[in-house]
Amino acid sequence: MDLTVGPIAFFWNADQVRDFYRSLAETPVKRVVIGEWVCSKRLPFWQHEIPAAVEVLQAAGKEVALSTLTLITLKRERRQTAELFASGLPVEIADLTALEHLPEGAPFWVGPTVNVYNEGTLEWLASRGARRICLPPELPLDSVAHLARAGADAGVAVEVWGHGRAPLAISGRCYHARLHDRAKDSCQFVCAEDPDGRTVETLEGQPFLTVNGVQTLSYTHMSVAGQIGALREASIGALRLSPQPGDFAAVAGLYARLLDSGLSARDALADLRRIQPGAVFSQGFLEARAGAAACP
Amino acid sequence: MMELVCPAGTPAALRAAVDAGAHTVYCGFADETNARNFPGLNFSREELAEGVAYAHARGAHVLVAINTFPRAGDQALWHRAVADAARLGADAVILADLGLIAHAAEAHPGLRLHLSVQAAAANPDAINFYARTFGIRRVVLPRVLSVEEITAINREIDVETEVFVFGGLCVMAEGRCSLSSYATGLSPNMNGVCSPASHVAYADVGGNHEARLGDFLIHRTPKGMPVPYPTLCKGCFTSPDGKGDSQTGHIFEDPVSLDATRLIPALQKAGVRALKIEGRQRSRAYVAQVVRAFRAAVEAAEQGAPMPEGLLARLTEGQAATTGAYAKTWR
Repeated sequence: MDLTVGPIAFFWNADQVRDFYRSLAETPVKRVVIGEWVCSKRLPFWQHEIPAAVEVLQAAGKEVALSTLTLITLKRERRQTAELFASGLPVEIADLTALEHLPEGAPFWVGPTVNVYNEGTLEWLASRGARRICLPPELPLDSVAHLARAGADAGVAVEVWGHGRAPLAISGRCYHARLHDRAKDSCQFVCAEDPDGRTVETLEGQPFLTVNGVQTLSYTHMSVAGQIGALREASIGALRLSPQPGDFAAVAGLYARLLDSGLSARDALADLRRIQPGAVFSQGFLEARAGAAACP
Repeated sequence: MMELVCPAGTPAALRAAVDAGAHTVYCGFADETNARNFPGLNFSREELAEGVAYAHARGAHVLVAINTFPRAGDQALWHRAVADAARLGADAVILADLGLIAHAAEAHPGLRLHLSVQAAAANPDAINFYARTFGIRRVVLPRVLSVEEITAINREIDVETEVFVFGGLCVMAEGRCSLSSYATGLSPNMNGVCSPASHVAYADVGGNHEARLGDFLIHRTPKGMPVPYPTLCKGCFTSPDGKGDSQTGHIFEDPVSLDATRLIPALQKAGVRALKIEGRQRSRAYVAQVVRAFRAAVEAAEQGAPMPEGLLARLTEGQAATTGAYAKTWR
């Protein structure tokens, strides 16, 4: 089992993006997916950083893929999706729309926002050239194990959502803009004010969800630190780590130690709580419970 | 005339919908293969056969929704549902899962395939992909699109489009939402339920009614006011802005339902083939009333007459309705 870092969910500025990928190059992750995953309006602000980030990561020996958007609707977004396939890098599809633009025989990766719930879907995607699939975060371990077996037979590496706020929903409506009494088309990029998303609490003050523009994430940070043994037994190929502000290199290093040097789940969670003070860790999905169910 | 596609959670509702003027009725089997997997709802194989006979005798069609995502290790249940729908004379099946669609296209080449809203095909590329690859004949469009976008989509595709005009409103791209399983462990995609009643608790606390979903407070209303059903995305929440201020309210959507009656002429002009009414969980009387009203509306649209205003207001959830994403300002 190794580590994949997914695309940045939040609206970070070009400097933040540059610093993030430079520091990521020094970490023991195996591969990195780069691209605007959430809102095409953000892309012009940081896309000029992508070539340099690819270069620095490849120079450090990482495999790099480019991600599509999660929800593709506009003409411009469709065109940008088609253009990704001309980049020469593998493309990770986050919306099945991308398959319409897939060059015949081109290998591709599948991200966690594509619905791969069963062997039939996995096998079909494999027959079209899928080489890696990161499963949807809500899947229980039983399904994960079935899919890992199907992946092994079909030559597809199967990943699970390993660490970070989970993508729970995507909408045509921008909730960041709505919080500022604006419509999506006149958002004035207010999501940039919240580089770790904006917390949504219940009326009792219990943190619940995280608004990130058109995307809704979990408030809790999913962590499979307590399930490494079960995932290894299921022959999972990789854990997906989702970028977040703070010392992400320390998070990546910690998961590498979990995989390679027998760090215990208890020590890992204690370390995570030190690296991300105040964060709440959960992993109910794999146990077929509420996803928000806290890690011990 | 635009085709009116109406919900039936029971054989009695199917007959009521057909009698009230539905061109087409959609229903599902009584198991987790459909996205309205509620206790006491849906059809046995025998009931579907009888329902198909009843509808066909009156010139109406029956569609079978098999629109959850098959569970790994258990796909046979979903494959059997498709085979039985075909065998029992369904006019089409409504599917969402890529693997199940591939299976249906291969194993039942004569069966008409509709792409469920749960497949979230929100642009011409996605729709053309399903049409070209699997021969799907109709797509139910996700409720994230404006009328202008629907018009543009219809110019670029060759398959029919169907849109929701009335009933519950999902504000997230459907089939791509795990909010319910985050709070309860049960989701539309895996279990055919959203914010399930099994995880709802009501309580009177102080001077308030409270409605919870799992561990989370979704609504709190003063005593004497009705407390809405705690559908997660329609809850009342608070969001701190990190600078000492916060917003409280319906951060995702108010407890409203969809009523696009007044947009029917625009949808017709946009090239939409069929109008869909949500509500397989609704009573026979409700279905009959809504179907009658919408049949009058599509007939009026056909003749270029004005739409009957507010006809259905008292049937909508919480007495409030929206035209949702069809009006661009909603976003």
